[in-house]
Amino acid sequence: MFELIAQYPLLAALAALVSLGAIFGALLGFAAVRFKTEGNPIADQINELLPQTQCGQCGHPGCRPYAEAIAGGAAINKCPPGGEATIQALADLLDVEAIPLDAEHGEENITAVAYIREDECIGCTKCIQACPVDAILGAAKQMHTVISSECTGCDLCVEPCPVDCIDMIPQEENLQTWHWKLPELGRRNLDIIASDADKGNVA
Amino acid sequence: MRKIYDFHGGIHPPENKQQSLGGPIRSAGIPKQLTVPLSQHIGAASKPLVTIGERVLKGQVIAEAGGFVSVPQHAPSSGTVIAIEDRAIPHPSGFHAPCIVIECDGKDEWLPLQGLANYSERSPEELLDLIREAGIAGMGGAGFPAAVKLKGKPESQIQTLIINGTECEPYITADDALMRERAEDIITGVKILQHIVKPTETLIGVEDNKPEGIVALREAAQGSDIEVVEFPTKYPSGGEKQLIEILTGKQVPSGGLPADIGIVCQNLGTTVAVQQAVLQGRPLISRITTVTGEAVDQPGNFEVLLGTPMSHLLELAGYDSTRNKRLIMGGPMMGFTLTDLNVPVVKTTNCLLAPSESELPAPPPAQACIRCGLCAEACPASLLPQQLFWFSQGKEYEKLEQHNLFDCIECGACSYVCPSNIPLVQYYRASKADILQQRRDHEKSEQSRLRFEARQERLAREEEEKAAKRAARKKAAELRAQQAADSDSVEDPIQAAIERAKAKKASQQQSAATESELEKLEKAVASTRKRLETASSKLKQAQEEGSELVEALQKGVDKTQVKLEQAEKALAEYQAKQPQATEGSHDTGDAAQAAIAKAKAARAAAGDMSPQEKLQKQVDNLRQRLEKTSQRLAESRSAGEEAKIVDALEATEQRLQSKLAEAEQELAKFNAMEAS
Repeated sequence: MFELIAQYPLLAALAALVSLGAIFGALLGFAAVRFKTEGNPIADQINELLPQTQCGQCGHPGCRPYAEAIAGGAAINKCPPGGEATIQALADLLDVEAIPLDAEHGEENITAVAYIREDECIGCTKCIQACPVDAILGAAKQMHTVISSECTGCDLCVEPCPVDCIDMIPQEENLQTWHWKLPELGRRNLDIIASDADKGNVA
Repeated sequence: MRKIYDFHGGIHPPENKQQSLGGPIRSAGIPKQLTVPLSQHIGAASKPLVTIGERVLKGQVIAEAGGFVSVPQHAPSSGTVIAIEDRAIPHPSGFHAPCIVIECDGKDEWLPLQGLANYSERSPEELLDLIREAGIAGMGGAGFPAAVKLKGKPESQIQTLIINGTECEPYITADDALMRERAEDIITGVKILQHIVKPTETLIGVEDNKPEGIVALREAAQGSDIEVVEFPTKYPSGGEKQLIEILTGKQVPSGGLPADIGIVCQNLGTTVAVQQAVLQGRPLISRITTVTGEAVDQPGNFEVLLGTPMSHLLELAGYDSTRNKRLIMGGPMMGFTLTDLNVPVVKTTNCLLAPSESELPAPPPAQACIRCGLCAEACPASLLPQQLFWFSQGKEYEKLEQHNLFDCIECGACSYVCPSNIPLVQYYRASKADILQQRRDHEKSEQSRLRFEARQERLAREEEEKAAKRAARKKAAELRAQQAADSDSVEDPIQAAIERAKAKKASQQQSAATESELEKLEKAVASTRKRLETASSKLKQAQEEGSELVEALQKGVDKTQVKLEQAEKALAEYQAKQPQATEGSHDTGDAAQAAIAKAKAARAAAGDMSPQEKLQKQVDNLRQRLEKTSQRLAESRSAGEEAKIVDALEATEQRLQSKLAEAEQELAKFNAMEAS
């Protein structure tokens, strides 16, 4: 055997390569079975970035299904609650071009919170069934109310209400949510380079 | 002599402190009205304890702490509570916030006070409670509840207590005035803090531009282990982390707290408040505020009751509004512009700056960044301001965090040295806020996701349970039938019925065997059609009579139609399968076709009737709803409810109107079709 190999170096190389290939192939095969990933990790990552309002404005029944659709190649600009920021984050994650929000699916609005006019509520529980995050409290023939801290402002409860007693109240800025804004662009002349600057303007 | 360290960067702006140091601390007296905001500190807002019309005494608690990181509020003078409502407060947003408004009676009647003569016999916890109850929040500018800061983390051992008497911002002299006039009180306050914290060394850091204050403090501190440390003036040496580095040479880790390296800092003004709270039982109801700037004739320091309108204080200092363009609370570096002259003085109001136009001109328009690097040299936190500026513009939040944006203390040194006049700090503030907002949003979306998933799980579980119940019921019914079949007793009526049904089924099966399949199907179609016809006629009759049963009958007709369709389909399928059979029974096939056509026509007629009716009903319904909403809108308008509720109602009304228009249009279409 050794003599044979010694006589034919070509055979030796062939044998070595084949055996290496067989060993590593077996290893890879084993790893593929042993370390199989459950579910779609890309969809998970995309789902992390979506705003989880579960509003269905994208045409999918919730954020998770839309995340899976994006992972399958759907457009990334169908999420109005997430707006430009979400599109940008998705574009970064998937390494694709950021595209403007698809107006067909709605516009980026200020977040609103559902409010039930309680004296008009007839206790039909339709909104409770529609709420994707169980943010409405109530029982049949009992007044319902919205847990505003859990409401995602998805709008889904408004349509089923038979007496139209649900209003979407936009969340206004208050003392807790107020913050400094970026300086206005109008006051800055970024197109001027230092040497062109009007000397009278420079302090 | 203690070794003094230096921190990176810093600037030397004109100090402008002499203007307000001309005289002693003056009392600002009692204004007509005091407005006490419920949120003067960092943390949760206080909760009001008084009602409108109630008489309060000076020092009485009028609002309790709203959480752990919160403080109570006290009445700064005696009088009557005339309002608890949203008023303008000193905040960069210019927003209004809940305040308790007290109409002063001028008597300044104190609640009986009870101080502790010998605090050293009390436990630190008791003293901390006293400090908390006295409503003391850090008086340097941020307003962090003092008791929370002093308590610290249980595992962190505090070695060094640092009292911040730096007051590095230009113009402000409130702490300087305290040092000159109340050095004894300061030292007593520091001793109380020592008793609470039990540090191994206690340092009071003062910049060397306050020589008189330093002398007074050193005199008062003689014979104690409190060391007054003097160091060169440089802005912002009063920043907590910078002061720690100057005095100890240690750096607080990025994102950490001084307590992590065994240090706790307190403002000099806070020590006086602590002394008053512990020894006299006097809550924090007044503070020293510097009023200065070229637009006031008599600049100086005032002892002012919290809640005093700024206009009152400015009047005392001889304010000339014609000379002043913008009024600033705080110093020229870190202060902010006030939008309203009547906002009250709060626990953090250390200075009121009324500069003339020439003294503090409006910032010229920003130019492009020329990458000169002056800002990086000036930054006391060793950051790269120009990099942060670029990332802020591009909203690259991840990069900003990598470049330690959150270590920025917003001191304004970078903006001060910027030759292009770029409002750098403004960019950092906005970006910090955006990042925090993003974090909050992400937290909320995480919460929503969990709730959504929990709901999905629950729905699936309920569905499963229902299916299991159905299966169980079916099984039970089968079991009963089996039992009935097994036992011969016919006395039980149910079992008798089951028997009868079984017998019928058996006979049907027998006859079915003899009957051809086609015949059977035809029979089914015919009988269903007959049923449909009778049901339709009944329905017509009922409609003419206006009976209540219309709905139920309609349902019955619909059901029969479905059945008829099924039967027809089965027949058609059978015929398609057996072409020769269809040929054989040519007549019957035609008859079936005719029947199908007839049924279709009947269905169309019935269908035509019901949608129109439905539409009419829908229109009526919508009209009713619209009326109700309009009524409600009018009500809320006349009641002067919040704008957002009115807006929401308006939106609902509009939506209803459009829906109604749609429905009416459809109805009109139907009517036109019928007419043609």
